[in-house]
Amino acid sequence: MTDVLDAPADPILERRQAVQAAAASSLRRRKLGSRLALGVCWACLLIAVIPLVAVVVYVVAKGLPAWNVDFFTQPTKPEGIAGGGVSNAIVGTVVITVIAVVVAVPFGLLCGLFLAESDGRFATTLRFTADVMTGIPSITVGIFGYIAIVRNFNAYSGFAGAFAIGFIMLPVIIRAGETAFRGVPRSLNEAAMALGARRATVARRVVVPTALPGVITGVLLAVARGLGETAPLLLTIFGNQYLQWNPSKTMEALPILIYNYSSQPYADLVQVAWGAALLLMVVVLVLSIGSRLLANHLGKVRR
Amino acid sequence: MTDAGFIPNVEESLTVHAEKAMIDPPTGQVVMTLRDVAVAFAGRTAVRDVTFDVCAGEVTALIGPSGSGKTTLLRALNRMHDAERSAVVTGTIRLGDLDVYGPDTDATLLRSRVGMVFQRPNPFPTMSIYDNAVAGLRFNGVRKKALLDDAAESALIAAALWDSVKDRLKANGGTLSGGEQQRLCIARALAVEPEVLLMDEPTSALDPIATKRIEELVGELKDRVTIVIVTHNMQQAMRVSDRCAFLLMGEDKAGGLIEFGPTSRLFSEPSDPRTLDYVNGRFG
Repeated sequence: MTDVLDAPADPILERRQAVQAAAASSLRRRKLGSRLALGVCWACLLIAVIPLVAVVVYVVAKGLPAWNVDFFTQPTKPEGIAGGGVSNAIVGTVVITVIAVVVAVPFGLLCGLFLAESDGRFATTLRFTADVMTGIPSITVGIFGYIAIVRNFNAYSGFAGAFAIGFIMLPVIIRAGETAFRGVPRSLNEAAMALGARRATVARRVVVPTALPGVITGVLLAVARGLGETAPLLLTIFGNQYLQWNPSKTMEALPILIYNYSSQPYADLVQVAWGAALLLMVVVLVLSIGSRLLANHLGKVRR
Repeated sequence: MTDAGFIPNVEESLTVHAEKAMIDPPTGQVVMTLRDVAVAFAGRTAVRDVTFDVCAGEVTALIGPSGSGKTTLLRALNRMHDAERSAVVTGTIRLGDLDVYGPDTDATLLRSRVGMVFQRPNPFPTMSIYDNAVAGLRFNGVRKKALLDDAAESALIAAALWDSVKDRLKANGGTLSGGEQQRLCIARALAVEPEVLLMDEPTSALDPIATKRIEELVGELKDRVTIVIVTHNMQQAMRVSDRCAFLLMGEDKAGGLIEFGPTSRLFSEPSDPRTLDYVNGRFG
């Protein structure tokens, strides 16, 4: 040890040497433990990632051959007839999702804003309800949509499907919105209030714009979630092999198509199901990655 | 730019660097030497051109306005930037004979010799007062109960905390007041018996009375450990330090060393007009 450093009293010097000796002699063991722990982390990561990668690779390999121009432009054709596509399902999914978003997003975000701004008993109950809603099995939401809309109007319809999907998205939007609005620093709130702004003005001019990147991310993730839901649609839109833009009629949707066609004994229909699965996966992936990039971009522009 | 054959020739290298910054040669025994130290994050230089010596048994203060790179420089001294991938430290930092950034230097062993106290008190929330005090020893593989007990008592006494906690060593560290928590953190750092203790604005989260206690403590600890302290408070630097390094942000937004010397001289007759302006409160 460098004698330069060891001017102080003896007990301290002794302890310093004891500690440094212990540290040096245990270094090998500690390094080994550290490597072992890192190895276990990597192993767990790999095990977790393998099925994910396997699913993606398998769906791409099986689904890509089904993709051609007809696949995107033609409605489904019966078994044995060439040139069938999934345009009816694409249109159905787009229409249903757009309606669900238009309804659920304003509701969800306003609920989220309320939850972020108040902490009363009502807010606590609402928050708890939203959490419970997240956990409701999607088939239950399907039955709810069936009873509330299909039975009352005596018709399966795209609207009923949008209602059910919106119901699935709502809690996701509420909690994502709350988190985003809560992330706005209290000091910005106070700065606006100190300028004489009313609470609604503060929310509209300061809180909402500041939280926008988080809000957009949350909404896009909710959309991604809603796109893949099958059970709520199963009991509400019935399915339709023709191209249908009118949401008051029965509609086809990608998850329904995958569900129906994948269990068919005909190879060409199974092939269409794989193609639709790939399409759904790609859209969800693009939405997830896109929402992240957009949030990053918006966050950067602000700074 | 690690220079393998570099032997810290204090006189010579200080003369070379005296042109860049006003530096007084050291008078005591040198514990740490800094030569041309620079830290960059993702290619952007945060602090550069830092050359001075840390003398044994002294308190060296790093002063300067915000953005001058004080904390960045301090954290380079015990390789706290290692965890930040984009951070690159250049130049030479030595602890005695040890090249801090040498290829064979183990960062964990280095940090057991160069301890650190942070801006906010950060006792480990799941550990008792005693466990907090001996945490560093346990991390370093010390198992002997007698050694742990001795070290805990000695460190807590040195941190002026022993009398108030000796009857409740098993209590949670979170039950202490802010000032006591910070002294527990100092005790925790002292228990490992480091040669150098780095303090990063250790009183910035404390009230004036707790601040006074910590400042007194810094003076008392000098015999035990060499201290490098970052402070934005010039009065504090004046009260606690023997030597001061004055850093300032240049036009390229990177901090640099302007002047280094005994605190008394730096505050009374600094060589650089910018130092004079700063210590007189004309900016910063």
